[in-house]
Amino acid sequence: MEPAQSLTSAGVLIVAGKGGVGKTTVTAALAVAASAAGRRVLVIDVEGRASMPTAFGVDPLTYEERVLVDAAAEHAGVFARTLTPDDALLEYLNERGLQRLSKRLVSTGLLDVIATAIPGIRDILVLGKVKQLERSGMFDLVVVDAPAAGHAITFLQSASGLLDAVQVGPINAQAREVQELLTDAERCRVVLVTIPEETPVNELVETAYRLEDQVGVALGPVVVNGVHPDLPGLAVDPELAAAESGVALVAGEAEALRDAAAFRLARTAVQQEQLERLAAELPLPQLRLPDLFTSTLGRAEVDRLADALSEQLGTARPGGTA
Amino acid sequence: MSPDAERLDAVVGRSRVVVCCGSGGVGKTTTAALVALHAARRGRRSVVVTIDPARRLANALGLTSLSDQASVIDGPWPGEMHALMLDTTATFDGLVRRYAADDRQAEQILGNRFYQNISTSLSGTQEYMASERLYELAIESDYDLVVVDTPPTRNALDFIDAPQRLARFLDHRIYKILINPSKGPIRAVNVAAAAVTRSLAKVVGADVIGDAIEFFRAFDGMEEGFARRAERVDRLLREDTTAFVLVASPKADTVVEAGFFADRLGELGISVRGLVVNRMQPAFEFATDRPELSGTAVRARAGTLAGTSLGDLYTCLADARQLAAAEEEHLAGLADRVAPAPVVRVPIQAAEVNDLVALDHLADLVLGSADGGRSGT
Repeated sequence: MEPAQSLTSAGVLIVAGKGGVGKTTVTAALAVAASAAGRRVLVIDVEGRASMPTAFGVDPLTYEERVLVDAAAEHAGVFARTLTPDDALLEYLNERGLQRLSKRLVSTGLLDVIATAIPGIRDILVLGKVKQLERSGMFDLVVVDAPAAGHAITFLQSASGLLDAVQVGPINAQAREVQELLTDAERCRVVLVTIPEETPVNELVETAYRLEDQVGVALGPVVVNGVHPDLPGLAVDPELAAAESGVALVAGEAEALRDAAAFRLARTAVQQEQLERLAAELPLPQLRLPDLFTSTLGRAEVDRLADALSEQLGTARPGGTA
Repeated sequence: MSPDAERLDAVVGRSRVVVCCGSGGVGKTTTAALVALHAARRGRRSVVVTIDPARRLANALGLTSLSDQASVIDGPWPGEMHALMLDTTATFDGLVRRYAADDRQAEQILGNRFYQNISTSLSGTQEYMASERLYELAIESDYDLVVVDTPPTRNALDFIDAPQRLARFLDHRIYKILINPSKGPIRAVNVAAAAVTRSLAKVVGADVIGDAIEFFRAFDGMEEGFARRAERVDRLLREDTTAFVLVASPKADTVVEAGFFADRLGELGISVRGLVVNRMQPAFEFATDRPELSGTAVRARAGTLAGTSLGDLYTCLADARQLAAAEEEHLAGLADRVAPAPVVRVPIQAAEVNDLVALDHLADLVLGSADGGRSGT
């Protein structure tokens, strides 16, 4: 299956990227786009972050599912919940009739000792729960807002690491099932997010190869966030343009227009260079999201980005969206 | 020089330790590096502890390979600048060697699988070792200024909490609970805990629990040294000559996190001494008495002029103004929360810092040029 189509068919999308690239924004946009395409979506927040509920105007997320987008004529519905590692561990033990044990673990501080004795156990329980939700049939798509970049590798590597460390027993079985999910390109894809700047692109390329080589996960398209929309008229001199359009400019106006244009052109040139470099270094389709020139993420912004994703999903190909 | 940059310069000038904190991706490491560089320009002897610097910055500093030892950064300044990258494992190993009763105890711990997991995967360990390295450099070396970058965690307070939290963790008597519940007075809590540990062994495997027990047994007696050390680090972080500088970007979510961090620091009785906001969008304002040309009103004008040859130019200006206004709106609350700390706004740079000249230029923006303030001191 082509990576671009995978976005519209895989049951689990894991969204990962370095801090500051808009990973949560992209998670929200992917969820809304899928819901608009008729899929019932669950968003999972593994870090208990704050920005997603604000965008949808709902209260902070909890372990219980909350509606982000109602199911209506044009939407199949988006739901969201948190799934922190400690929650996952306690639920795991409770489900196995070990409530008393789980209480003890917290009160004696043994929980930290265990998590250290078995690195990755918290992650594997989170991913195990994701797999359970995928299999529950309650949702068509589960979108996981993964930990930030460096941690994303550790997070996704937890299953293969645990298979070596714990050879038998229920944890081993859990790790095996998670590894099956992660390495099944039909069921699960990792979507890497970046912005078109040097360091974020470097880190994305590194993460991509490490995820493919070390974890064996299948990557979906790369999402490049904050791409400047094209403004072909910026090379024009403001004074000439004003004369041509019969507009009188006040003092300082031409200079402001010229400075703003020069600033934007310089930044756009950097973006273009980085987009090309990304395409050359990583042969994956790119989905490009426009810079909305706002630092507020509300429902209107999420919808605009979701529309941009929907539009491109049929057409994404390596190195370009044109 | 902006008055805020001047005030931040004064804060750094009176400090012996500067801790740069904030969420990931906001330019924290770069800010830490330029604070150290500026101190060298001021004739001081500075060192910066970086954590996982971006390739470009590492190259700019000449840090091509991971080195836990400070190396000197050559530059045209009267003082000295040094830099190092935090090596969590090496730092932890050093602490174990320092507090072990003898080589045998040290080797036993260093070879234990559970110990190796602590230094690679226990959350908070990187923060702990960053503060440990800070302590060594501030107390046991003769730098005038130690600048430390903090790991990009969700909870930036880990940096302050980690030493005490890890000291408590290392004091865990899991093996006593499991092995010797009957030695001494039999306590119900111990017996119950032993039962817990046994059921756990069934779930996660006995050898895993065995490694942990072996570790705590080998570590026995060293926890006091670690706890005392943690206390001293905590005291250093609260000293008057230690300044916490919050680094943020003007995006809504990082501003929220920065505000949260400022509040939590306040609860601990530590105040933010400076706020550096990187990546600000310039607004390209100009003085005019025509309201349709000021602030974000230019968006409407861009609409009117669409299709003319001024159209794109106006859209571009309107985009810049809209973003700049949104950023200022987010920042207003944060600036109030950290008041009276100076708030330095740094415009977004066209290119990344890739050499010392670029870093030097950025230091001018954040702390003022070295010449600009010297006449006044």
